[in-house]
Amino acid sequence: MFLLVFCRLHSRYHELAPNLVPMDYTNDPDCKVPMQLIINMPELTENPFKERIVESFSEAGDGNLSFNDFVDMFSVLSEMAPRELKAIYAFKIYDFNTDNFICKSDLEQTLNKLTREELTPEEVNLVCEKVIEEADLDGDGKLAFADFENMISRAPDFLR
Amino acid sequence: MPRHNKTQLEIKMEDVGIEIDEQVEHNSDDDAGRRGKTNRRQQNHKPSPAGVRKNRNNNRSQPQARNGRRTAVEDDSEDEEEDEAPKPRRGNRKKPAKAQDSDEESEDEQPNRKTNKKGGNQKQKEEPNNKEKQADKKGKGKDKDKDDSKDKKKKKRKDSSSSSSSSSSSDDDSMSEGEMAKLMEEVEEKKKLVSNMRNKPWRMKRRLAALKEAQSFVEKFEGALGKGKGRRLFAYKVMMRKKWIKFQRDFDNFKTSCIPWERKIKEVESHFGSSVASYFIFLRWMYGMNLVLFGITFGLVVIPEVLMGLPYGSIPRKTVPRAEQAKAMDFSTLWDFDGYCKYSVLFYGYYNNQRTIGLLKFRLPLAYLMVGIGTFGYSLMVVIRTMASNANESGGDGEDSDFLFCWKMFTSWDYLIGNSETADNKFASITTSFKEGIVDEEENQKDENIHLRRFLRVLANFLIICSLGGSGYLIYFVVKRSQDFATRNDLGWYEKNEVEIVMSLLGLVCPPLFESIAELEEYHPRIALKWQLGRIFALFLGNLYTFLFALFDEVNQKLAVEESIKNATIWATQMHYANFTGNTSATPPPIDPADVIRGPCWETTVGIEFVKLTVSDIQVTYITILVGDFLRAVIVRFLNYCWCWDLESGFPSYGEFDISGNVLGLVFNQGMIWMGAFYAPGLVGINVLRLLTSMYYQSWAVMSSNVPHERIFKASKSNNFYMGLLLLILFLSLLPVVYTIMTLPPSFDCGPFSGKSKMFDIIMETIELDFPAFVGNIFSYVANPGLIIPAVLLMVWLAIYYLNAVSKAYENSNLELKKKMQMQRDEEKNRRNNQDSTNSIMKDLEDLLPIKSEDGNNTAPENKASTNKNDPPKAPKGADKQGGASRNGSRVNPEKEMSLAVQNPRIAVTRPPGPRPPGPLPGNPQLTVPGQRGRGPPQRVGRGQPRH
Repeated sequence: MFLLVFCRLHSRYHELAPNLVPMDYTNDPDCKVPMQLIINMPELTENPFKERIVESFSEAGDGNLSFNDFVDMFSVLSEMAPRELKAIYAFKIYDFNTDNFICKSDLEQTLNKLTREELTPEEVNLVCEKVIEEADLDGDGKLAFADFENMISRAPDFLR
Repeated sequence: MPRHNKTQLEIKMEDVGIEIDEQVEHNSDDDAGRRGKTNRRQQNHKPSPAGVRKNRNNNRSQPQARNGRRTAVEDDSEDEEEDEAPKPRRGNRKKPAKAQDSDEESEDEQPNRKTNKKGGNQKQKEEPNNKEKQADKKGKGKDKDKDDSKDKKKKKRKDSSSSSSSSSSSDDDSMSEGEMAKLMEEVEEKKKLVSNMRNKPWRMKRRLAALKEAQSFVEKFEGALGKGKGRRLFAYKVMMRKKWIKFQRDFDNFKTSCIPWERKIKEVESHFGSSVASYFIFLRWMYGMNLVLFGITFGLVVIPEVLMGLPYGSIPRKTVPRAEQAKAMDFSTLWDFDGYCKYSVLFYGYYNNQRTIGLLKFRLPLAYLMVGIGTFGYSLMVVIRTMASNANESGGDGEDSDFLFCWKMFTSWDYLIGNSETADNKFASITTSFKEGIVDEEENQKDENIHLRRFLRVLANFLIICSLGGSGYLIYFVVKRSQDFATRNDLGWYEKNEVEIVMSLLGLVCPPLFESIAELEEYHPRIALKWQLGRIFALFLGNLYTFLFALFDEVNQKLAVEESIKNATIWATQMHYANFTGNTSATPPPIDPADVIRGPCWETTVGIEFVKLTVSDIQVTYITILVGDFLRAVIVRFLNYCWCWDLESGFPSYGEFDISGNVLGLVFNQGMIWMGAFYAPGLVGINVLRLLTSMYYQSWAVMSSNVPHERIFKASKSNNFYMGLLLLILFLSLLPVVYTIMTLPPSFDCGPFSGKSKMFDIIMETIELDFPAFVGNIFSYVANPGLIIPAVLLMVWLAIYYLNAVSKAYENSNLELKKKMQMQRDEEKNRRNNQDSTNSIMKDLEDLLPIKSEDGNNTAPENKASTNKNDPPKAPKGADKQGGASRNGSRVNPEKEMSLAVQNPRIAVTRPPGPRPPGPLPGNPQLTVPGQRGRGPPQRVGRGQPRH
């Protein structure tokens, strides 16, 4: 059964870039599918954070996914994945500049992606300040993972 | 321990009927038996000779190990290891050691020893073994569980070891108990690891490595330990779980798709905010309630009358009078609900006062009254229940939560969206919800000159009271005038419809006036909406009551007229019969029903008034929407190309959705329905149609030609304010209806209650005729003062019930809040004390970060983490690793971890594992290596030996 799922996943992966991805892995080829192809998948194409998702799942951080990363992504985004795991990856996704903290610039980017930049800069500023004020428990002006997890674990909608 | 019991039972069942004397073998302790046993064990553990070989050296230490084990192991979950303990015993060497064992130990061993004597053949040996143990157990229930598990184990082993004969010869390959125990533990751990693999925040590469490791390990030893079936079961379980989740999701989707107009409302909500959506939700709720009312009314009154009652034209009340017949089918007549409409099933007057109709003896008049009362009863119940549940809801959820913006920011996107249209809606709704939040936040931050604002508010209220009084007087004036007009016949269209026109005009003019006055007050838009609603409600209330008083005047006039007509009809009938009897002896032919003189039937008149009002209200609403919103939008949109100024952002612009007006229109309309439904049963049907069409019409209009409010604000989650207004109007409309039912005499020649002095006499009649006599006696005492007192009592009771429900809801929410605060405090404390618990996760996170060349952008810890994975990236991490044995939750380097895990089974075991420490916290991703726990140096001995 698992094998079946795996095969299906791999065929999806293969379809993304038929000329890049070999069908047999006997000699362990090192192939990666570029980000542009991944984010055009129907599952991701409407997602405002698609680039970030792909980037945070790629091992090198450049958005190109090997098959392992690809499987990784699917397993985390699947509904079987537990909340804690999702929280960790959500943190990574929202952490735009990968400094292990969600700082104000990350929040601004998130907000602009979520609202398609329909808010005025003052509004964005207000919201970001409010977010930090709400969730930042240690008062360093940015959200560490502990803050993030504390906040997200109480969110009623965080089920995905 | 249900499992144990089960096994025991099974064993019992298997062994029933076979008798074996245990006394013979009792206490006969010899080497042969034990050797046999050892052999058996050897067979079973044949697949892992390596571990066994090593074990032999440590045999000496076993007694102690066993001892420690006996005392230490209490936990039921350990039973698998436990049962290993006494069995792998080498007789000769152990004998002296055994003597030192505790009583319990020896008792425990007895069955084993006993049994082994019986046979050199294993198969023969097994059964008696079980049997005896069983017997033993019965005797002393002390070691029941242990024995049970032993039995089970043995059986399993027997099954699993197929080739028994070949390996029995090898003497040296046996496993020590501690070894076995550890192995079991290890396998369990690995299995746990495999099943939890997806929960670990590792890169796939590392996950694969760990998985392969664990799987190969489990495979190797699982067969040995007789647990081969586990994996298939696990796979099956996972599959079922997946299917179940999918089913649940589909079911949820199905449920959501069953909610009528959910999509429409969500779409409106995403573009116009929750405040506009709250109107549509309210509308939907009203539709649901009216559908029930419609069902009751039509099912119990209208349809029985149509099916079983007398047909049209059979009696005077069901026939259009001769004088009106010429124009009865004209459109203008029908439009005024006169002519055929008036003498139809839609109105009160059509119903006959026959006590029972049809074959079923359906008591229509009684049903009519009951439906009239039941309409109110049901509405009251529904409104109050909804209010109570809403109050409960609004208390419990996180409307003013600590993480309002955070949650909006991080959890609002739905990752399942794959459709661009849905995505657009979602973007819009997220933006809207942010705007709502921002408005709230700005309101919170605002503080200005409080005196000025107070003055302005007083001024605004003064102005509004003035205009309310003015409009009230205007209505009163118009109604008075219309009463004068009623006696005259030379009236134009305007004079005829003056009241409706004035009321509609007031409804059009006053709300915008109030709104502009309310701008002075500078309330938060949500509060401003409530004020606005209250004021317009007062206006409508004035309208309603003036209308009602006018109606009562009319009714009183009609009653006076009726009295004279009643005498006239009696006289006319007598004359008719007298004429005939004078001429012939035959029975006189009945008067044609169209020619009978009849009374004005005030009930039908009242019904017609209400229906007319409702219909004109519908017209006004729809035309307003069409002109005020749609036409305006069309003009603004298309004339903008050739106009001097920018129409879209300039003067006319697009209309906004008028929440207060629409909500009040709905409430007011519902009041009309409640009041009119008794006199015009068809009104409920009209209302259902109206609500249905306005759902589609208004949602279309709002999406096509309105723009969102300038300040989109969040509706209060429960629309209890709307419900409160509805409840108020329900009480208000209850009063006149109850009054008429209780006090006014029904018309003598129309309606189901004709011939009675009061409408509720029908109840008395039913009690007298259909119930046993004593019930009638009781009721005659009770109901004499009228039913008004019980009605009032009922209302009071309902009010109390409501208040009670609300207070309970508040209590609940208070408790909830307290709990929340408590939690927060605890968490605060935990956070200070428990920095480490998050550390491991942080490290995993770090591990997940992309390996980057050093950019300079990266912060220091990340650099460390990325440059060399094997080096301790942070000080605490390094400490963890060094003291890895002591720290449970700490994550060790993957490679090292793996090696530890592999090597463990071959480590010399000097001491039995102690009781298991509290398991790893569920949230902590970790790979617990069992061998590390509480065991010191001996572990390290075996490390590094190549396997096979």
